[in-house]
Amino acid sequence: MLREKDKIFKNLYGFEDWKLDGAKKRGIWSNTKELIKMGSEKIVEEIKNSQLRGRGGAGFPAGLKWSFMPKDSGKDHYLVVNADESEPGTCKDREIMRNDPHLLLEGCLVAAFAMHAHTCYIYIRGEYYSESSNLQKAIDEAYANNLIGKNACGTGWDFDIYLHRGAGAYICGEETALLESLEGKKGQPRLKPPFPAGAGLYGCPTTVTNVETVAVAPTILRRGSKWFADLGSANNTGTKIFSISGHVNNPCNVEEEMGIPLKELIEKHAGGVIGGWENLLAVIPGGASVPLLPKSICDTVKMDFDSLKEVQSGLGTAAVIVMNKSTDIVEAIARLSHFYKHESCGQCTPCREGTGWMYRMMEKMVHGNVEHQDIDKILDVTKQIEGHTICALGDAAAWPIQGLFRHFRPEIEKRIQERNKRVA
Amino acid sequence: MHHPGSNNKVYKKINDNFEWSSENFRKISEIIKKYPSNRIQSAVIPLLDLAQRQNNGWLSKNSMEKVAETLSMSYIRVLEVATFYSMFNLEPIGKNFVQICRTTPCWLRGSDKLSKVAQEVCETNIGETSDDGIFTVVEVECLGACCNAPMVQINDDYYEDLDEESFKKILQDLKDNKSIKVGSQIGRKSSQPERKFDA
Repeated sequence: MLREKDKIFKNLYGFEDWKLDGAKKRGIWSNTKELIKMGSEKIVEEIKNSQLRGRGGAGFPAGLKWSFMPKDSGKDHYLVVNADESEPGTCKDREIMRNDPHLLLEGCLVAAFAMHAHTCYIYIRGEYYSESSNLQKAIDEAYANNLIGKNACGTGWDFDIYLHRGAGAYICGEETALLESLEGKKGQPRLKPPFPAGAGLYGCPTTVTNVETVAVAPTILRRGSKWFADLGSANNTGTKIFSISGHVNNPCNVEEEMGIPLKELIEKHAGGVIGGWENLLAVIPGGASVPLLPKSICDTVKMDFDSLKEVQSGLGTAAVIVMNKSTDIVEAIARLSHFYKHESCGQCTPCREGTGWMYRMMEKMVHGNVEHQDIDKILDVTKQIEGHTICALGDAAAWPIQGLFRHFRPEIEKRIQERNKRVA
Repeated sequence: MHHPGSNNKVYKKINDNFEWSSENFRKISEIIKKYPSNRIQSAVIPLLDLAQRQNNGWLSKNSMEKVAETLSMSYIRVLEVATFYSMFNLEPIGKNFVQICRTTPCWLRGSDKLSKVAQEVCETNIGETSDDGIFTVVEVECLGACCNAPMVQINDDYYEDLDEESFKKILQDLKDNKSIKVGSQIGRKSSQPERKFDA
């Protein structure tokens, strides 16, 4: 279990003051100038050595991503913070932004400096109204105290942070859709290449990165990459905020060491499964987009990128959605299919048409109102969507259904049989 | 399922005359400064949001035309954005815009019951506005407060850790014009575990 002194998010629940005075007491902004003095190459090197992987879902090595930014492109460089948190199950960035916004802002300065960016946009989902209000107040405080703005923290680096509110579109969490949205257009993903590091916001070198990834950077630099890398295991290092929701006694966000066993996470922090561990049916371990895991796997699986990949799922955003035996598992996944149908941007045909078709099919499956061969048909359709769209929303819509049939196919077959009996 | 924000048709019944309020006019000049001077159309979402707030929670044709004029954009580009994003309502809504999260994490904790309560107390169907204009009730996709499920957004604020009882009271208090408590309805701070665990 993560020791109190190794926690990065010391005010995750907002028991302490989130404003500048409180933040300073927690050590934020204490020696930022020294961190910047390390120089951009050293900062990127430290982040690389820490083996920090992006916290937004894909788990891409953060230091490597930062190093893709050109040194002198002659253009403006941008850091764009992805705060469009909308993956079902996920509500971690929200707590960072409303309870410890200065942690994020200091991270923005450090990360932007490492990427030679003078400007940062924080794209926050529109529904997070009070969160954006706290964050804006924190930005105003940081400007008023010369922590950002001209000669930020006395480093000689000019740095601006602007908050930009979205307007309710899950797809804008995809980095190029987010950039489109920030440019004042519909949030439809761009074809890659070019990648944002080459041509991103306004055609300039840009890095889009998740709130949590940016927020942990200053602490890594202060305490050293070795400290971070020693937590968890190789390639799955550090601490992570887990959002535990669904059928647990105490749903909560909690910062824990990467690689904590799922069972320990649920029992120690979330008060256990409602009705006890034996009453567990399945867990979606990383937000709506990743395939679910049945209890037999949940008994032993560890919560990190590689362990979850091994069992054909993923860590995603580390949003743990717990379902006990009272759950209609088919309806639970059908609801997710409805979500993807609603959120498809409509640009690529397989996703636009496929998400709607899959949802209608899943709704029928709930009542067993299909034929046996329809199971293979829907699986075939998921394969035709997966990998055939510009962005990963198509994959994300396909995976939960694939996971359902991988582990719960007999349940749907049973419903078909029961329905056939009723009709006959 | 109907939702004023997923409507793609421009509402034609009211032909208002939309002009920016002086306060919003001042805000616009601040907003536009956030973006490079040749990229002010980046401000289209913030300006549509301002226009919607000024226009009782929805966007009329005239208000969208005003946004287009302010940002030197063609109207169709603004309409395209307004129809794409679910937070922009293209038809009038009630005084309290009640958005019930229906996605799996909230559903597991009983969001269906909240929908029933809302229809009873607000005396309207999902996707519709009550006759007295006090409520518009809709079901929406994940609002990102899953550890505080089930939850509902009313206008700008989140109401969390709800059950039928507490939600009924909130709606009744709104009806009676009483003040209501924002956030968790079981008195916990943010998304802390209810019981303190050993550190």
